[in-house]
Parts: sequence; structure tokens; C-alpha cells
Amino acid sequence: MESEYKKRLFYGLVFLGLILLPQFVGNYWSHILGDVGLYVMLGIGLNVVVGLAGLLDLGYVAFFGVGAYSYALLASPHFHIHIPFLVLVPLCILIAMILGALLGLPVLRMRGDYLAIVTLGFGEIIRIFLNNLDPVTNGPKGLLRIDPFRIFGFTIDEPVEWYYTILLGILLSTFFYKRIMDSKIGRAWMAMREDQTAAELMGIDLLRYKLLAFSIGASFGGLGGAIFAARQGSIFPENFSLIVSINVLCILILGGMGSIRGVILGAFVLVGLPELLREFEQFRMLLFGLLLIIVTIFKPTGFFRPEKGLKIVND
Amino acid sequence: MDLSLLAEQIVNGLSIGGVYALIALGYTLVYGILTMINFAHGEIFMVGSFMGYWTLAFLEQKGLLWDWPQLSVIVAMSLSVITCGILGSALERFAYRPLRTAPRLAPLISAIGASIFLQNLIMVMVKGRMRVYPDIIPLTGIEVGGIFVSHFQILIIGVSLLLMVALWIFIRRTKVGIAMRAVAEDKMAASLMGIDVNRIIQVTFLVGSSLAAVAGVMVGMYYSQINHMMGFIPGIKAFTAAVVGGIGNIPGAMLGGFLLGILESLSVNILPAQYKDVVAFSILVAVLVFRPRGILGEVVGERV
Repeated sequence: MESEYKKRLFYGLVFLGLILLPQFVGNYWSHILGDVGLYVMLGIGLNVVVGLAGLLDLGYVAFFGVGAYSYALLASPHFHIHIPFLVLVPLCILIAMILGALLGLPVLRMRGDYLAIVTLGFGEIIRIFLNNLDPVTNGPKGLLRIDPFRIFGFTIDEPVEWYYTILLGILLSTFFYKRIMDSKIGRAWMAMREDQTAAELMGIDLLRYKLLAFSIGASFGGLGGAIFAARQGSIFPENFSLIVSINVLCILILGGMGSIRGVILGAFVLVGLPELLREFEQFRMLLFGLLLIIVTIFKPTGFFRPEKGLKIVND
Repeated sequence: MDLSLLAEQIVNGLSIGGVYALIALGYTLVYGILTMINFAHGEIFMVGSFMGYWTLAFLEQKGLLWDWPQLSVIVAMSLSVITCGILGSALERFAYRPLRTAPRLAPLISAIGASIFLQNLIMVMVKGRMRVYPDIIPLTGIEVGGIFVSHFQILIIGVSLLLMVALWIFIRRTKVGIAMRAVAEDKMAASLMGIDVNRIIQVTFLVGSSLAAVAGVMVGMYYSQINHMMGFIPGIKAFTAAVVGGIGNIPGAMLGGFLLGILESLSVNILPAQYKDVVAFSILVAVLVFRPRGILGEVVGERV
């Protein structure tokens, strides 16, 4: 009981700190913190697919991209459609979920590294379409003047306001993630991850739970994408290249699969640190690749202990 | 439809298919022996291409290139093969070997790290700019039944076929080749028979990387422009070729490479050229869904 109380106090203080943080760091850093927050959201979503269900998805950026483009197409002068965000954001999430299920269908029977390559290809296909379907997506010129979130006459447009919006998004995502992890679905995913054959013999419908993993994982990407589009105000196909998928995966690996704390730490390190090291910009990815190898070899479970006996991704 | 155009597209497809096949052999060899996808293989191909460029550029600077163009190309290829051979075995030694008993996806993640590392290493070295190969391929060619086939295309197809036959003989007839097959079959039994498994695996990486180096130099000469990102798409496509032919199967990789090259080249008749990459990915998904063992692959229980 005592330690439970301390734990709550600790998280309460951390949360209070996160709320007060932008007041001290100003607009520029609030924007960067917003980036970190978006990656946390994507990290939580990918964690559902990779950490819980054990399906290595290298095309996660597809859902982020589709969320962003859905928002941008339906709330910008491009088609002269301006759907209010309270309706549109759930719609973006839904579209991402449907796409997740559609991707899940053909790849259900694949395992491990085959799945990784196919999802990677899928992410690239989406980017190629965004880049070339000019009449719809405006091609490489991107979509401009996207509506920000407006609520009761109040417009969210300052970096600090976006920071709080994203923080709220993370809280919702975390809550949802925890609930689903402890639900029957979450248990089934973990059973599936530990041993597919055994899980199937225990009566878990692999097909159904894999589809669920893909589409629920995708929902976080869709939400992140919608927020990203509204915050940036303009989006381009290059925003959704393979490196985003790789970054999110690395956040999971660095932070420790299956742990929200790990995801947050990983996102800070991965997105925040390079900002501090701006002058080393060109060596950033070089070191990053090296770090990925070293961490995989020496710390295969990441820097945070995975929760509840989680193993690193298994096939 | 114009038949000679079709024939020309097939010849183009065969040339690029030869390149895919050479890279695919590297994937297939490694997969056959370790059941692992060497994600950084496309980057080895890219490094090979740059090594060839640097050699040729150096020879040009010294004024030797135009006096001995053929010899220069051979020197460039040899240096590129040596560099990539060393690079491939170093990768195996430092990035993959420590993870041989780890969960199956750990080496894949390590390979992604290696891939990012190599890409950015070259990017830093060339400051992110593309490089242009010296213009040494002759534009001559021959006319076969009304279609033009350049000498260089014949060279690409010829070199690919030659290397594949050589590899086939190496695997079937030499002692090291037989040891490779033994290790692929059963590592434990192979080591009990006195085979140094680690060395054989290293040789496998060396051979696969050397083939990718040759492909890299040929692509550099064929398309002339190279950059640090060039390994990614051919890497994925060569992997597709290996899967189409039946991964782990050497004739399969060749067949898959040529087939993919031709299909891709013909796809421009139906789809805009920008969607060429989508064609390859779709073929990959379709093969994995409907015939996961590929055209020539044998049925292996639940290995994947």
C-alpha cells in the first residue's frame, strides 16, 4: 500500500511538472516538446502492435500519414471542406483503423521478418500514392492552410496550446492503452506473442486478434496524424517517409518494449536530444544507427524493465 | 501493340533483372544459412557502387581512365568487391553474430541499425550530394530483329549469368560450398563433422556482399547517377525477387530477379512509371499470400 501511494505521488508530481513545463521554456521548446509528445503517442500505438501482440510493423507511418491526410483533406481550402475537428478527429481515427484492418488481412499468415518487410512495403506504397495522386493529394506540393482545432470560438494555434492538446492526447492514449492491456484482448495478444501455437490451442482466434491489434494500433497513429496536420498547418508526402516508422520503433527499443515510461523516455532521447545537438545534425543518424546495434546487442530489453514479464519481440 | 517496343522493354527488364538477381543471391544465401533477412544488404550494394565511383574518379584524375577504360572498370569492380566483402563479413561479425541466439527479430533490428549507419556514413562522406559516374560505357550496340540492344546491356546480363553459374559451381562442387550447404542444413551436425560454422557463415556474407558490389558498380555505370539512398529500393526489390523465386534457393533467386525485372519493365504499359515500385511491392505481397515458398522453393515446415 505504502509503495502504491508513493508511486501515485511520484506520477502526480511528474504530471504537475509536465503541466507547468511550458511556462518556463517558451514557445520554441514547447513546439519541440509537442514533437516529443506526438512521438510518444505513435510509440504507444506501435507498442500495441509490436510490444503487446508481437507483430513487427515497419510501416506504421502509413497510419500517421493517412490520419494526417484525412484531416487535411477534410479541413482545408483544398476541397473547400471544413469539418469541425470534434467530428473530424474521430473520423480520422476510424479511417486509420479501417486501413489497419485492411493491411492486417493479407499479412495475417506471415510471421516475423516477412511481416516486417511487407509492412515496410505497405508504408512505402502509401507514400508513393500520396506523392503521385496529384488530383487528390496535390502531390509533392502538399496540402496547405489546414484548419487548426477550433472549439467554442477558441482557436488552438500557439505552441503552448498545442502542447496541452498533445498532453491531453497522450493521457487519453495511456489510459486507453492500460485498459486494453489489462482486458481480455490484451491478455490474448500477449499469449499470442509468447507462443502463437499454444495461444491458438487455448482457443484464441488468431485472425481476429491480429486484426484487432493492427486496427487498434493504427488508431493512435490516426489521432497523432490528425493533430500533426492541424498543428503544422501544411503537410507534405515527405513528412511520412520510412524514417518515421524506424524512429518510432527505435523509441520502443530504446525505452523498453511494453512500457509507457520507456516510450516517454525513448521519445525524449530520440526527438529531444538531437535538438540539443543541432550542430552535430549530420552525424545524428550515423550515431543513431550505431546506437541501435549496440543497444540491441547489450540491452535487448531497453532501458526500462518491461512490465509484467514482457519479453522483447518474439515471433 | 508494337512488338519491337515490347521486345525492347523485355531486354531492359532483363538487364535490370540481372542486377536484382545478383543482389537477391546475397539475401538468399544468408537466409538459407541463418534464416535471417540481412536488411543492410541493399546498403552494401550502395557502398559497392560508391567504391566503384571513387576508384574510377581517382583513375580519371590520374589520367589513366581514358587510356585503359576496360582495365579501369575491372580495377574498380575488384576494389569494390574487396571492400564490400570485408564490410559484409564485418557486419556479420559485429552486428549479427552476437545476436545469433537472441529472439529472431533482434538481428533484424540490429540490421536496420547497420543500414541506417551505412547510409549516413556515405551521406556524411559525400555531403549528401549525388555523384555521377564517368561516361565510359560505349553507346554502341547491335540490332537484333529490329530492336537495339546496347553492348552494355549484353554485358550486364552476361556478367550476371556468369557469376550465377560460378556461384552454383562453387556451392555444388567446392569444399567450402559443400560446407555451406551442410551448415544451412544443420549447424550442430555440421560442427560435429569438423566444419567451422562461424567461418562458413562469414564466407557466406563475404560471397553475398561481393555479388552485391558487382551489381553496385554495374548500376552506377548503367544509370550514371548514384546517391546514398540508392540501396533501399533495389534492396527491397531484390528481396522480393528472392522470395518470388523461393528464398534460400539459388536458381530461384536468379529466376525471381529476371522475372521481376521484366514484369516491372512491362508494367509501364499499364501504369504510370511512378508506380513501378508499387508493382514490385504488390508482387511481394501476392507471392507471400498465395505461394509463400515461391516458385522453386521447397516446403519447409513452420520455419518462418
